[in-house]
Amino acid sequence: MAIDVNKCVGCGDCVVACQTENNVPLGYSRDWIMEFVKGDYPDLFLHFESQRCNHCDDTPCVRTCPTGASHVTEGGIVKVTHDECIGCGACIEACPYDARYFHPDGYVDKCTFCDHRVKDGLDPACVSVCPTECMHFGDLDDPESEISKLLKERENYTILPEAGTKPQIYYLK
Amino acid sequence: MEKLLATDRNIDYLYPHVDVWGFPISSYLFLGGLAAGILLFAALYYLLGKEKDMPFTVKIGPLFAFPIIVLGLILLIFDLHHKLYVWQLFMTARAVSPMSWGAWTLVIVSIFSLLWPLSFIDSIDDYLVKRGWSNMTKVTEYLIKLEHKWLIPHFIIIMFRKYRKFFAFLMLLFSIVLGIYTGILLSAFNAHPLWNNPILGPLFLTSGVSTGSAFVMWLSENKKERLLMSAIDMSLIAIELFFIVHMFMGMEAGAEVYKQAADLFLGGEFTAVFWGVFVGMGLILPFILEAMELKGFHIPIVIPAILILAGGLLFRIIMVQAGQMSEYPMFP
Repeated sequence: MAIDVNKCVGCGDCVVACQTENNVPLGYSRDWIMEFVKGDYPDLFLHFESQRCNHCDDTPCVRTCPTGASHVTEGGIVKVTHDECIGCGACIEACPYDARYFHPDGYVDKCTFCDHRVKDGLDPACVSVCPTECMHFGDLDDPESEISKLLKERENYTILPEAGTKPQIYYLK
Repeated sequence: MEKLLATDRNIDYLYPHVDVWGFPISSYLFLGGLAAGILLFAALYYLLGKEKDMPFTVKIGPLFAFPIIVLGLILLIFDLHHKLYVWQLFMTARAVSPMSWGAWTLVIVSIFSLLWPLSFIDSIDDYLVKRGWSNMTKVTEYLIKLEHKWLIPHFIIIMFRKYRKFFAFLMLLFSIVLGIYTGILLSAFNAHPLWNNPILGPLFLTSGVSTGSAFVMWLSENKKERLLMSAIDMSLIAIELFFIVHMFMGMEAGAEVYKQAADLFLGGEFTAVFWGVFVGMGLILPFILEAMELKGFHIPIVIPAILILAGGLLFRIIMVQAGQMSEYPMFP
């Protein structure tokens, strides 16, 4: 996934779309928006980042899971099998992005990149509703995909690359 | 740059910092280390042929290990959010997950902690009566009853007695694994720089064994045994201090996040409780008291023993709490 931080206005549509699409319990969310103030007075500006699970290439959450409930699917999406999760919290501790939370039913829940939509060829809910079209979803392994081209053209960064998880959400500068 | 807000992220255990593991986990780490220490000494002194000289260490101490482990397990399960699925831990063994290692190690160690005292059951009764702990013979009676009801097949006990040397060796090995695991469990999280250092395994093992020796020295009535445990404990405290200093040296020489982690203890909010209460009253003070005892001063042994046990628990509470506060800063 790639997100254009220059286009993002922090409206929170992605957050609401996700909550609706995935029936996220009240008070929780699988994605969220971070607002930062950048620059020095009087040259201040707001910086928005729509954040979620980074579906890392090197997943500390999957590594620490004692039951194998946390796993990486074939396409690289990180998921939790609810029936195998014991709710120990190891993956929550392991994630430097705080992308996981306890569902009120006990198991750990997180962003699935809306794999139920993706397998039908649709975009994840957050991407599909974005009013500024700042989010792009696609196959990073395919060099001809729109997202691969975008990442080649535009300067981009990832969040906390120093944590060593090889995050797979890219922010376009 | 200042973080203003995070839309809809008011989950209290994620912000302002992760706070998922609390008192149950730190107490469990303490109990696991304590049980590991008790069993380690039992196996070690049995293998060294000191069964007669150190009856408490070899035979009676392990009697406490099983209830200690069970209490730890209860706390662990209590802390799970999806409790009914706990059996999933034992449907798989994952080499890369410290918690999976721990779950299996705990099963093995708790079997040992039950079989070991059972294999000594006759001499334990005599000891307890001589010691004036006649009430505790009820526990051994219960264990015998359990055994006779075939819950624990007798041939296993007979086999255990016959090959006790071999099993003692295994118990020594697994108690070390258990002791180290309590530290490795935390050091496997690179999202928390304070935990993410390799010295935590040996440090937790040393601290656990030290609480084990304090436990034995507290409850044993044999003067020689107490003095020996006291001397051993002093060297363990010295090793622990050495590890602690090295831990902070390593962090101070590390990247920014490691320095920030160390700062929690070097001027930050854990400075007083860590250096003053844990290092001062839980390590150095009992060290001095034990040294005085060895020099011939009369010190009630219960004082250094309790200080070390309480220090061990406090150390784990501090490490679990401070570790969760040590995170990578989420700024672009």
